[in-house]
Amino acid sequence: MKRFVTAAAVSAAALLGTTAYTQAAEVEVIHWWTSGGEQAAVSVFASEFEARTEHTWLDTAIAGGENARAATMQRILGGDAPGAAQFNPGRQYEELIEAGLLLDLTELAESEGWRDFMRPPSTMAACDVDGQVWCVPVNIHSWNWAWASIPVFEAAGVEMPTSFAEFLEAAPAIQEAGYIPFAIGGEGWQINGAFGVVQTSIIGLDNREAILNGKDLDLARELMPEVFETFRSFKPFTDEGSANRNWNDTTNLVVTDQAALQIMGDWARGEFAVAGEVAGEDYECLALPLASPTVSTGGDIFLFPKQGDPDVEAAQLEMASMMVSPQVQALFNNAKGSMPIRGDVDMSLADACMQKGLAIIEDEANIQVDAQRWLTEDTNAQMNDLIAEFWATDMSVEDAVNSYVSILENAD
Amino acid sequence: MAQRRWRLSSLQAIIGTIPLIGVSVGVFVICIIFSILWSFTSSKLFPNFDWVGFENYDRLWQTSRWIVSVQNIWLFGVLSIVGNMVFGYVLAVFMDQRIRMEDTFRSIFLYPFAMSLVVTGLVWQWMMDPNLGVQAAMQNLGLEWFRFAPLTDANTAIYGVIVAGIWQGTGVTMAILLAGLRGVDQEIWKAAKVDGIPNWRTYLFIALPMMRGAIATAFVLQCVGVVRVYDLIIALTQGGPGIATQMPAVFVIQHITNRQNVGMGMAAAAMMLAPIIVLIAIRALVMWRAAAQEKRAAKLAIAAEERERLEAAGIAAPVAAE
Repeated sequence: MKRFVTAAAVSAAALLGTTAYTQAAEVEVIHWWTSGGEQAAVSVFASEFEARTEHTWLDTAIAGGENARAATMQRILGGDAPGAAQFNPGRQYEELIEAGLLLDLTELAESEGWRDFMRPPSTMAACDVDGQVWCVPVNIHSWNWAWASIPVFEAAGVEMPTSFAEFLEAAPAIQEAGYIPFAIGGEGWQINGAFGVVQTSIIGLDNREAILNGKDLDLARELMPEVFETFRSFKPFTDEGSANRNWNDTTNLVVTDQAALQIMGDWARGEFAVAGEVAGEDYECLALPLASPTVSTGGDIFLFPKQGDPDVEAAQLEMASMMVSPQVQALFNNAKGSMPIRGDVDMSLADACMQKGLAIIEDEANIQVDAQRWLTEDTNAQMNDLIAEFWATDMSVEDAVNSYVSILENAD
Repeated sequence: MAQRRWRLSSLQAIIGTIPLIGVSVGVFVICIIFSILWSFTSSKLFPNFDWVGFENYDRLWQTSRWIVSVQNIWLFGVLSIVGNMVFGYVLAVFMDQRIRMEDTFRSIFLYPFAMSLVVTGLVWQWMMDPNLGVQAAMQNLGLEWFRFAPLTDANTAIYGVIVAGIWQGTGVTMAILLAGLRGVDQEIWKAAKVDGIPNWRTYLFIALPMMRGAIATAFVLQCVGVVRVYDLIIALTQGGPGIATQMPAVFVIQHITNRQNVGMGMAAAAMMLAPIIVLIAIRALVMWRAAAQEKRAAKLAIAAEERERLEAAGIAAPVAAE
């Protein structure tokens, strides 16, 4: 009994002790950066945050963007909001803004001049709603890339393709040589992403905007059949293990020279870097569409749910400011394989692939607005379902186009 | 005095059950009512009361993912419950043969049930992966023709899920049915033996009908598992390839959380509730009819007794007259 009392006293003292020191706040950050390259990038944020301020970065990594966003939403709605959370720029968080659950960053953004240095302007637009700033864009990611293994193309005796048609022609030779011609993971978003790239390549930026933003249904009926048909012609060149495979495991097939080509956003570059591969020697990055490359301006943003505690609020603002500072942008984006959100960043460390991307983004005409800016998460997910079903089954092109049109028709 | 004591104890009973009543009314009744109300609204991330009528249901039944989910749960439900029952009973009969180390075997068979469905899903995902699972192992042994990768094909993936479901559920069915078997009176076995009935017939035609309670328990447990199947799908296939292994519970949860369409999710949840309500209604009807029949039978019995008594009196009457 006596021993119990002492133990209780000691633990009570310990508890008091830990609660006494709280002026340096702890900011919990929910994100979905779990692969090797992504982790290297997020630890730049964490270590810079802790080095520059007295606050602590509490890391909550949740695998899978959908899961991480769902967890964030649930915690915000449940009154246990995290200090910061990752989202993709677009309409995923519009209701959080409307409901006034996010910390207003306008003052900080105006004093630091975010609107002046962020480029292209559409990057800032994702956070700048009705003149108020609600989130921090941290990078620009483009889906429009294909990653090719040079050794595989050499072993199969095939030239690097200059169009999808050329690749599809060469694919049987690659298959015969014992390699997987086209690596893709069976998750909905991976298939939908590749589909989007194929769509842009075939119908061009203007038609794409007319369909996805303008909801031009007749144009969709006219142009989409060819997109679906072309997309399906990749199917015979995939491997058996594709179902349910993560994107980074899929990229790994190209890294380890088992597969020839993967269509995946520029975050895949981080995986090659972690494996010590060199662009132009071990692997090639093909900017898509091959005829005239564009950059899709997806990426990541962080938003900061409101907290009751002013200490935490101050720490949140410091974190936001840290994320956009030029030095952190350079370190972070080099590790992540993404493009910085400001032009005045020293990217001399960037490898050949990123240099390519940075050159493309210079020209405003090459900017492809991300589909998520126009479509709600609900509509986007419906398209994911449709394209995943089309890919996995023998659904006819006609049915697919009809469903596609009806999703657009009902989109809000 | 006796009446006062009765009142006191009933008051205690009422106080004792108030928390339970509160929870079941609060959690079940009120939440279900709100779910149904919201299914008629345009709620997105936050619930609202902007009525849209049957719009959500309309879209729901035009969504091929939902239709696939409904087909899947029927197929999964029927096959996995039948599989669990059959394998569970066969295992229980084996265990009933007074084998050595029965406890050890029982633990082994029960083990999958103790494991999280997420673990079950991951283990089976690896086993069914063509590049590193059973297929790869057999092919490395030289059996090049061996194929076991149901999850890679949209047409067979649901059967892969069913295999994993049966693996997970058989053990607990066995345990329940074994308890039921042990509960059958030993005299029955002796009698069957004396009559020269073969053992398998005793198991199938005498013991099985006598353990109705155990079977009902196992069945209800399986049904509940089927309706809420979620984690197995998430861990095993994430609903893929394509949408081939989607399930209603996954549909509901994804629409409420990451798809930010509460109205749609609630409509799907209400549709999940519908068959359960139909089942409850059927059960109530059956019970009501059984009760009515019992009443009629009781009435008949009383009448028969009366007649017997009268007859006895009638027979007695002449005797008395004599």
